[in-house]
Amino acid sequence: MFKQLLNSDIENVEVILNNQKIMVPQNTTVAAMALAQGLRVTRTTPVSGSPRAPFCMMGVCYECLMVIDGISNQRACATYVKQGMRVETQQGTGPSLGDAL
Amino acid sequence: MKNHYQLLIIGAGPAGLAAAVTASNQGISCALLDEQAALGGQIYRCIESVPESRAQILGSEYQRGKALAKEFRDCDVDYFPETKVWSLSRDREVGVLHKDQNKIISADQILVASGAMERPVPFPGWTLPGVMQAGAGQVLFKSAGVIPSDGVVLAGSGPLLLLLAWQYMQIGVDIKAMLDVTPLSNNLLALPKLPRALLAHHYLTKGLVYQRDLKRAGVLSKIGVSNLRAHGDGELQSVSYRHLGREHSIATDLLMTHFGVIPHIWLTQAACCKHQWDNSQQCWRPQHDEWGNTSIKGILVAGDGAGINGARSAEHAGRLASLQALFALGIISQTERDQQSIDDRKKMQGERHIRPFLEAYFAIPQNMLATTDKDTIVCRCEEITAGEIRTAVENAHGDSNQVKYLSRCGMGPCQGRQCANAVAHIVADAGGQAVSDSSHFRGRPPVTPLTLEQLAMLSGGEHNEY
Repeated sequence: MFKQLLNSDIENVEVILNNQKIMVPQNTTVAAMALAQGLRVTRTTPVSGSPRAPFCMMGVCYECLMVIDGISNQRACATYVKQGMRVETQQGTGPSLGDAL
Repeated sequence: MKNHYQLLIIGAGPAGLAAAVTASNQGISCALLDEQAALGGQIYRCIESVPESRAQILGSEYQRGKALAKEFRDCDVDYFPETKVWSLSRDREVGVLHKDQNKIISADQILVASGAMERPVPFPGWTLPGVMQAGAGQVLFKSAGVIPSDGVVLAGSGPLLLLLAWQYMQIGVDIKAMLDVTPLSNNLLALPKLPRALLAHHYLTKGLVYQRDLKRAGVLSKIGVSNLRAHGDGELQSVSYRHLGREHSIATDLLMTHFGVIPHIWLTQAACCKHQWDNSQQCWRPQHDEWGNTSIKGILVAGDGAGINGARSAEHAGRLASLQALFALGIISQTERDQQSIDDRKKMQGERHIRPFLEAYFAIPQNMLATTDKDTIVCRCEEITAGEIRTAVENAHGDSNQVKYLSRCGMGPCQGRQCANAVAHIVADAGGQAVSDSSHFRGRPPVTPLTLEQLAMLSGGEHNEY
């Protein structure tokens, strides 16, 4: 679906996406990273469980909500990757704070 | 960040940056707040870090942002990136979340340069993974060099769709089809506005060059397309449409749509600035005078957030609003304000020659705006269909806000950003009234979700002693 053009000027960081270690260029948003990694579904809805993915990429639509470092409902398009970051597909409302601890 | 500024600018796109440069070196306390990590807004996104080869493909209009960014870097305005502005009150109090610190600050003059967002137009299958907005395609390319790998179908209406197609073609993306939903009848409506548009012919020339290049590259292009639908089981697998009375289908895992852009009005709404329906631009926008003054004293607007006029116009409007703010603060005289505004005012008028033509030519058909298909989801967050909204109207809830209370549509995390316009159109259509008489969801703070922890921070300080 998507690919990321190589840019040797930018350093990579290690991110764990759905329990898989991957190397991602810095200055990439979590949503761009997920799409470039071929992730089709980044969350399911709390209402019907239907699959969704990033839609607007500019922080307006809230479709790209993911679990980032254990905290649910984070806008993946407005969050940049960081060394050691854990990113997971969000199921419904995602884990509550207690689950993450 | 201080607790009070003489001038506070919200948004680091062309309007906000130009305003900041104008307000620089005037001896006032001035801050620029922006949600993104890098300046430039959506139009000049990543303008300071983009690799040269990518900037070339993005084109000359994008590269104009470099000069503006450089000017801004030389100015003395306090710049706060990664800062969420979650409320704005009529008393010019601003809720700000910056580096995990939440607080309310105030300003004598506030310029809202919140920019535009894609006009969300619901159609069957638009919630499927693999369906995105064209602006998303641009953001992915500008900011991360992420482009479609297995081809893309582009559909909708408006200059951005053509620009994205041209940019994708330059980088070698397979464009499976360009499906233009612009009704052919728009040509006639736009024709009388063509002579004025010729005064800004560089835009028209550019559009024609893009079209020519795409044609030469052999991109399949259909005009007058209707009945656009996205299909798939759990994710997009194909797109179908009607053209010249026949149904067609294309297999694709990616569809990018564009139906024009609309002002992002959530902050000005929260402040209770007066808004009006703009029939030509098919959107609501804050009422403002030639300087950007809204109905509330000390709150100004500039750029696409004030009404869609494009990036170049936004720069001029940003300078004008900044001059007005400096005048209101008593820093410059009325004569100085007027004299310094002459050049920008003239250029801005020049820029606007193209708009009436573009607005008429790319007007979105009424049946798409009012989502005639009853099973189509309109509120993506709460999964409310057009049929449910029409039923609510039939049950005498003839107002967007009543429909919202009854159905929960507009109550999800996006706070109605994706459905407000469609709901207003459906309510107007079902109730047999003009959309201008229909209502927009009331916008209330916080305009962006906050955690309880972040809200609780506001009670810190003086209450700590208890």
